[in-house]
Amino acid sequence: MRDVAIIATAQSKHVRAASTLNEVELIQPVIHEAIEQSGIGRHDFDFTCSGSSDYLAGQPFSFVMTLDAVAAWPPIAESHVEMDGAWALYEAWVKIQTGQADTALVYSYGKSSPGDLPRVLSRMMDPYYEAPLWPTSIDFAALQARVAIADGVTSEAQMAEIANRSRNAAASNPFAQLTSSPEVADLLSSEYLAEPLRKHDCAPITDGGVAVILAAGDKAREHCTRPAWIRGIDHRADGHHINFRNLCVAPSIGIAAEKAGVGMGPVEVAELHACFTHQEPIIKAALGLDESTVVNPSGGPLAANPMMAAGLIRLVEVANRIHSGEVSRGVAHATGGHALQHNLVAVLEGEG
Amino acid sequence: MSDQPTGQAANQAADDDVLRAPLLLEYPFRRTTGPVIGAYFTALREGHLVGILDDSGRVICPPVEYDPQSGKSLTKIVPVSSEGEVVHWTWNSMIREGQPFDHPFAWALIKLDGADTPIYHAVDASHEQMSAGMRVRARFALERRGEVSDLECFEPAN
Amino acid sequence: MSDSAPIELPEGLWSQPAVDTSAVDSITDVESVQLITTPAKFVYDYTPGVARTRFLRAIEQKRLVGQRCPETQKVYIPPAGVSPVSGLPTLEEVELGLDGTVVSYCIVNLDFTGNAQEIPYVSALILVDGSDIPIYGLVREIAPEDVHFGLRLKSVWVEPEEMTTSFENIKWWAPNGEPDVPKSELADYV
Repeated sequence: MRDVAIIATAQSKHVRAASTLNEVELIQPVIHEAIEQSGIGRHDFDFTCSGSSDYLAGQPFSFVMTLDAVAAWPPIAESHVEMDGAWALYEAWVKIQTGQADTALVYSYGKSSPGDLPRVLSRMMDPYYEAPLWPTSIDFAALQARVAIADGVTSEAQMAEIANRSRNAAASNPFAQLTSSPEVADLLSSEYLAEPLRKHDCAPITDGGVAVILAAGDKAREHCTRPAWIRGIDHRADGHHINFRNLCVAPSIGIAAEKAGVGMGPVEVAELHACFTHQEPIIKAALGLDESTVVNPSGGPLAANPMMAAGLIRLVEVANRIHSGEVSRGVAHATGGHALQHNLVAVLEGEG
Repeated sequence: MSDQPTGQAANQAADDDVLRAPLLLEYPFRRTTGPVIGAYFTALREGHLVGILDDSGRVICPPVEYDPQSGKSLTKIVPVSSEGEVVHWTWNSMIREGQPFDHPFAWALIKLDGADTPIYHAVDASHEQMSAGMRVRARFALERRGEVSDLECFEPAN
Repeated sequence: MSDSAPIELPEGLWSQPAVDTSAVDSITDVESVQLITTPAKFVYDYTPGVARTRFLRAIEQKRLVGQRCPETQKVYIPPAGVSPVSGLPTLEEVELGLDGTVVSYCIVNLDFTGNAQEIPYVSALILVDGSDIPIYGLVREIAPEDVHFGLRLKSVWVEPEEMTTSFENIKWWAPNGEPDVPKSELADYV
């Protein structure tokens, strides 16, 4: 295996609606900032990979439009996933492992504000039995929360504490959308959005993007004083149909965690792609984390949830803390689909 | 390389200056069912529910083509009851276009008698009526055409 | 890997096996459902963004504007806000002419438009004066067989009271009577 590291990162200031910008105008400054930080020439990347979804802003082939931001003419080696950018990073990591590239630019973005996001996300469901009923992403998540509470995995009080802790933690995150929270008791006295979920249990709707520079071996050391080495990375999927699954466990996270080597050392920090409060304890349990791990110090998706970017941002938040020397080993988790169906786990480490 | 200020949109404008317009996207999808899902919708049209036997003899409803554990092809369609029990439910009071009703209703996982996996569907009941373990039965459309809407919803069985 | 057993593909991967419905009387002797309709409709609040808004505002005033790449100096129309060659924002706005030159064209003999266009008609890639990338337009007021590479055109607009922030303000393009542009001057644009 080749040593591959995250050497530079950038994020947008995440907002409820970037109402004046089209998607390339949204992501170009973010890409440019990551490139600048890396010190690699913007025409010198061996591979470029992006993640986005046309359904969010109703822009067919929007990813082709945003390729303008990476100087894709004359043609460059480039790919795209209709998934969260964490999977674009995975593809770039594989490309570097094959020896076909030493450096890669990865970016992803989501402009959810033009549409009705919970309704748009119903299109991810089974197209015969579930999607024709138009349940929203929140409806599905609420059912999972119900199961998790019934099975004692979490409680409405614990979920409110997670919401409160996450959004208050985001006060120190300059990119976050929500940076404070009412007291837990006040949260618990608010009305249900979809029982047992209240508004505070759900990630906000966000416009934003993220960019990451990957480099292998000496190239990484040359361009970064303390690279965040990807020591393990794996992704697994549980069944698509929610009716086959025990919704309060996520076996695919457990397998990915084992393959990525999460348990091979202390986990100082974990950034988890939990878009709903009840998902945090499910993910923590599957990763085998205990109370010694600091979870979502950035505030996590509950503080800013740009679709297709929020998973890659989890890797970025861990990498940033390694770059700064704050931690030496951390875990990032990204998810796709409904109710934690598809999951990616990465272990990042600093040297020395 | 430092030819652009970082972290800000280069083309900037105030909200009012930028054009906006409603954009309607419509997909008139027709989906081929294949024989397994086709059997389910055929049965709905005839006013019944069916499942499929999986690799270990369990009944999966609604039926799927492959065993979720082994990946083997499944072929044996079997009848299941139109009545069953709510396993889990949640309440939907923010009705959106396309959903089964324009009044609040429950989404539920319902284990039908004779099935081993629950079906996801709407339950037309009041919030007070809903509980885990409650008995429900299928409500079929009066005119059925071999479509999703042939099974309108589930409703309290007593 | 050479000593491992060949991978056994699951049955049914290449063709779906027959389904046995004999246990369900009601569906054994009736016509099977083979497709269902699952329409989907979404409404979005669309914005063309800052750069395209500038273009559309200008076109409402019977002006064509592009934006210049700071690295290559090429002028793009309609501007997306970013240069595809440098990846940099195109901050400098450039006023363009209302005439252009044919750099490619085709004569359409099939009705794709539901009688909106009388066939045959000519669609062309037109290099607007002052720009470096051609735009699409119809060519009329000339016999289709007389349209050719390098032909000079003027834009033909809707009446002033019909002008909106729409590319459809240009009805079509027509010969402006100027001499052809030599091929050598258009080599970069085809």
